[in-house]
Amino acid sequence: MRNYEKLIFELSKPGRKAYMLPPLDIEDKEIKDLIPAEFVNDEELNLPELFEVDVIRHYTNLSNKNYGLDTGFYPLGSCTMKYNPKINEDTARYDGFANIHPLQPEDCIQGSLQLMSELEKSLCEIAGMDRMTLQPAAGAHGELTGIMLVKAYHEDRGDEKRNKIIVPDSAHGTNPATAAMAGYKIVEIKSTKDGLVDLEALKAAVGDDTAGLMLTNPNTLGLFDRGIKEIAQIVHDAGGLLYYDGANMNAIMGHARPGDMGFDVVHYNIHKTFSTPHGGGGPGSGPVGVKNILVDYLPVPMVNKKGEKYFLDYDYPKTIGKVKDFYGHFGIMVRAYTYILTMGSDGIKRASTMAVLNANYIMSKLKDYYNLPIDTQYMHEVVFGGLKGSSLSEVTTLDIAKRLLDLGYHPPTIYFPLIINQALMIEPTETESKETLDEFIEAMIQIAKEAESDPQLVKSAPHNTLVRRPDEVKAARDINVKYEG
Amino acid sequence: MHPYLPATPEDIKEMLESIGLESLDQLFDDIPKDVYFNRELDMPKAKSELEVTTYLKGLANKNCSLSNLTSFLGAGAYDHYIPSIVDHIISRSEFYTSYTPYQPEISQGTLQYIFEFQTLIANLTGMDAANASLYDGGTAIVEAALMASAYSKKDEIIISKSVKPDARRILHTYAHAQNLKVIEVDIKDGATDIEALKGLVTDDTAAVIVQSPNFFGIIEDLKALGEVAHKGKKTTFVASVDPISLGILKKPGDLGVDVVVGEGQAMGMTLSFGGPYLGFMAVNKAYIRKIPGRIVGQTEDLDGKRSFVLTLTAREQHIRREKATSNICSNQGLNALAATVYMVTLGKEGLREVAEQSAKKAHYAFEQMTKSGKYKPLFNKPFFKEFAVTSDVDSAKLNDELRKVDILGGYDLGKSYPQFEGGVLYAVTEKRTKEEIDKLTSVMEGI
Repeated sequence: MRNYEKLIFELSKPGRKAYMLPPLDIEDKEIKDLIPAEFVNDEELNLPELFEVDVIRHYTNLSNKNYGLDTGFYPLGSCTMKYNPKINEDTARYDGFANIHPLQPEDCIQGSLQLMSELEKSLCEIAGMDRMTLQPAAGAHGELTGIMLVKAYHEDRGDEKRNKIIVPDSAHGTNPATAAMAGYKIVEIKSTKDGLVDLEALKAAVGDDTAGLMLTNPNTLGLFDRGIKEIAQIVHDAGGLLYYDGANMNAIMGHARPGDMGFDVVHYNIHKTFSTPHGGGGPGSGPVGVKNILVDYLPVPMVNKKGEKYFLDYDYPKTIGKVKDFYGHFGIMVRAYTYILTMGSDGIKRASTMAVLNANYIMSKLKDYYNLPIDTQYMHEVVFGGLKGSSLSEVTTLDIAKRLLDLGYHPPTIYFPLIINQALMIEPTETESKETLDEFIEAMIQIAKEAESDPQLVKSAPHNTLVRRPDEVKAARDINVKYEG
Repeated sequence: MHPYLPATPEDIKEMLESIGLESLDQLFDDIPKDVYFNRELDMPKAKSELEVTTYLKGLANKNCSLSNLTSFLGAGAYDHYIPSIVDHIISRSEFYTSYTPYQPEISQGTLQYIFEFQTLIANLTGMDAANASLYDGGTAIVEAALMASAYSKKDEIIISKSVKPDARRILHTYAHAQNLKVIEVDIKDGATDIEALKGLVTDDTAAVIVQSPNFFGIIEDLKALGEVAHKGKKTTFVASVDPISLGILKKPGDLGVDVVVGEGQAMGMTLSFGGPYLGFMAVNKAYIRKIPGRIVGQTEDLDGKRSFVLTLTAREQHIRREKATSNICSNQGLNALAATVYMVTLGKEGLREVAEQSAKKAHYAFEQMTKSGKYKPLFNKPFFKEFAVTSDVDSAKLNDELRKVDILGGYDLGKSYPQFEGGVLYAVTEKRTKEEIDKLTSVMEGI
């Protein structure tokens, strides 16, 4: 099965079945006697016919074409690919968590509500916020929720002319996209040469039309913005609010809190910071924390307590409404809370410490081989700017990434942040050993040397993967997004 | 030492030396003193696996699991049979511990199952293309509205009151932020009032959104509604559907629907107190380049080999920044895998059988329940697996009585539709047996 190449549809054979249901135990009737014929589909369903072993082998073979965290090192900058503990998978599958209907009566869901309430408290403590909604489904969804809260705040005060959100040029693309989705105009401000917010540019940008500033701290370059208090002051003095993008929260847990820095609203990426699996692209979870001034606008329901009983509280007359069905990704909340209980206050702080140590260690070992446009100490990630002397060999960041595949690694994030030429963004996380880091460093150095001695080897990488540089231009031009047989 | 944190004192010493620092504290020198957090986090210290599992089992046991209850509760989340192999496949860590498939060379597993998922959804709904999934059914409706607005450059959205209340509430929340105008169409006998709709659709209408089977379980006349919707200029007709119903109901693609969305939880996902579930979206050709979220395309690699890549949409860091019409950059990857395995396991015969058994048992329950006249049908319209009845019996009291015999009763419609106070919505899936249905109706009769 080494060269397994089939699509599930190509295994189909008429007459096969991979399921069995109990026989119907009531008097059988024709569907058309129950539902008018005009609504009933007379055609066969266009679905494959398989037996169970085929299904299992097919998806097992597909899984073997994937590289997961359990396969190896995954230093994707900004994505915080830390180990996904197995106990989290177990707890999320507990009968009392997995088999609960969201609309069961309140006395039947006390365990779920207690878990949500305790998770909320922990997340508030870690971020220094007053309340937190667990409803958003992902980081980008949390961002949108947070910006809607900012909007609701200004509207409630009758401050209608605030129509601009300020975003630094180092921001994640979702920040301006989110602000645009919430109906705001974007004001982009340039970073200083050290990659931090340019205070003069910020002062020039704020005004009575400023709704808020969206900031990641440490920023996408992995640098902590020392001017954060002054930034907060400038924005608050102008009447705006401060939004914290929690993408890089893994750098500072137990060391600094956005709430103490002056942020009014914060979103987490649970799937990054609190170790819930990325699942090949989801499901994530993006809780949003706020200071007291924004609590009234939070989406409903919130979990509150009356006496000894938890309940779903819809009594928030100024709420922005709802952003998601039911209450959010409960299964992900169970995993995150399991992680928080396991790590504890000491483990969580230690995790951030080790994440920062690992990133700086890599930086110290690779800066002789790769450009370090901002030569300083980093937080949880480091951004290189391609190979030193790469103009000679013309080996690009993409080539380096593809060569890393040959050497058995998931490459770092590439070409982001946009403000760094040939960016290679490395975030090792705390769950990698020194041995793993040393081997990765060796691989990166090997590539740097190959780029000089045999650039073509790197430029034509990868050489030993199942497929090699699939043609993305062709995919976008000759759209083929559905199997046609 | 913590099980997930490998650095030994010796490692730390060597690493600090390489960096040129003397202590771990110096790693945080960039955090100004007046910002640095100088106390311990106010939460318990690290706990062992045994302590954590004991505690969480205790919390889980405070809930009432459907393993010990017979559920007739639906209203957007359903207790369908989940084949055992679904969880085995989504538990393979090569799937669940991988990131978004940005490096196609080492992500063909994820990319291919998404391509299969898109194909299955497109075929089931009868549409030209489907995306890689969205957060859930409610936000999928909103994304369809936003896409229709961007497509038509208009800002008026019409949605039927028979669409599930949560979804409408989410739409209002987003619409407020985006300055879209939302108009809700009335219902008549439990279905969208087509005459009322006729009076609302104009050339300013960006989208008409309905749900079928709708929140009351009633099958809407999509064909007729679509004809009304298309009286508008460049108006998108959106239908939210229960994918299980497509085992027996006509494909929306054959009924003039432009964009099909829906909640996929019923296809292999546990109820999990409301999430994570699976939103999906399928479109006709005109919308392929407008579709939000991710989409996977087939292509060839350097050696001409069939391979798959993310296509048409920018990756998250580059998402179209301020020009974006959606900020979604993830999908529900693992849930899409669950649905894929579900669809291929049930296959051609199975999905039809699940749909037929659900419909037949729901109609049996309806007949038994309404036989004596104590409970009356709230509406007189064809339904699929869910139906509403009304009576003089207090619905809270009824549900308490049912709980005493381990039955989870229906959804009290008065909660979201004051005009239907006293109405209760019952869902019956293929999992329910005659014995369970008879027990439900006998308690209802006896109260």
